[in-house]
Amino acid sequence: MSAPAAIQDAASGLAAAHVTYVLRLADTSLILGQRLGEWVGHAPQLEEDLGLANLALDLIGQARLLLSYAGELEGRGRDEDALAFLRDAPQFVNLSLVEQPNRDFGHTIVRQWLTDTWQLLLYEALTHSSDARLAAIAAKAVKETRYHQRFSSGWLVRLGDGTAESHERVQRSLDELWRFTHELFAADETDALVAAAGIAPELAALEPAWSARITADLQAATLTRPPAAAYPWHGKRGAHSEHLSHLLAEMQQLPRAHPGVQW
Amino acid sequence: MNQDWPLFEVFIRSRAGLEHRHVGSIHAADPAMAIEHARDVYTRRQEGVSLWVVPSAAIIASDPAEADSLFEPARDKVYRHPTFYEIPDEVKNL
Repeated sequence: MSAPAAIQDAASGLAAAHVTYVLRLADTSLILGQRLGEWVGHAPQLEEDLGLANLALDLIGQARLLLSYAGELEGRGRDEDALAFLRDAPQFVNLSLVEQPNRDFGHTIVRQWLTDTWQLLLYEALTHSSDARLAAIAAKAVKETRYHQRFSSGWLVRLGDGTAESHERVQRSLDELWRFTHELFAADETDALVAAAGIAPELAALEPAWSARITADLQAATLTRPPAAAYPWHGKRGAHSEHLSHLLAEMQQLPRAHPGVQW
Repeated sequence: MNQDWPLFEVFIRSRAGLEHRHVGSIHAADPAMAIEHARDVYTRRQEGVSLWVVPSAAIIASDPAEADSLFEPARDKVYRHPTFYEIPDEVKNL
């Protein structure tokens, strides 16, 4: 391969990684937002119903900004709606953790808190991105996410340090969901390319701070940290559990049945 | 879920310099949750820049049966209203 061709190849590799990276952030927020939206009308208290809906709307707001940007970077004319509603499950690149279905309220809180703590550190780091647009989106998202982490960690402590039943149930949810945390810091070639370009932080560099925050919150909640999870989940590479297809069926049904519908 | 979370009264300062005003109430299990619930229920449309929550049980209220003796005596004392002052248009929030 001649030198200019090699340079061009590397540039297109980075460009593709850039799109994928932004799409991963977008899909993670979108799918978690949709999951939280499923609670509307079903939360244990009116106030929690509104609280979860507020988190969902923040996340969907982040997803809209990120999807629009990913569509522009991709340059194939896909807008936020095309990316949200006209892709199938294998084209989604969200973390496996966020597509896990709602169980009880405590299970939702554990999933939220694990994700919030990760997103908070990630968005803080992304405010220093070499990509000014991504840095601006992160600067908006970091304020929202700081509240999300306050909300979810507060509930984690209340449930963990609550009654014997709430403690036992939230510990069981933590034990079940913990295996999906491996993916939060498992960097692949996309992560390596965007990190080398200064677009994103090194994922591994975020892990100590995440781990310390998780441990501190667990101590306050009198919960036990599960052993390290070795199983690599690959939601961000498009390999999903069957749960995602069910979620998408509900989320995408209307715009697919009535293409271009406005309401 | 416990239906008997204590009631808190919510006060919002709509912008700097104004006073906190009572806007309603929420249920919460503890003070931190009360602030979060007040935020989530009452500030979704940029209603404020500061929140107070007060346990409803901490409010000491006047007795409606005593309203006559408490408030009627002020009715014939209109001279207490400083209505003879001219207020310049530039003065806001007086």
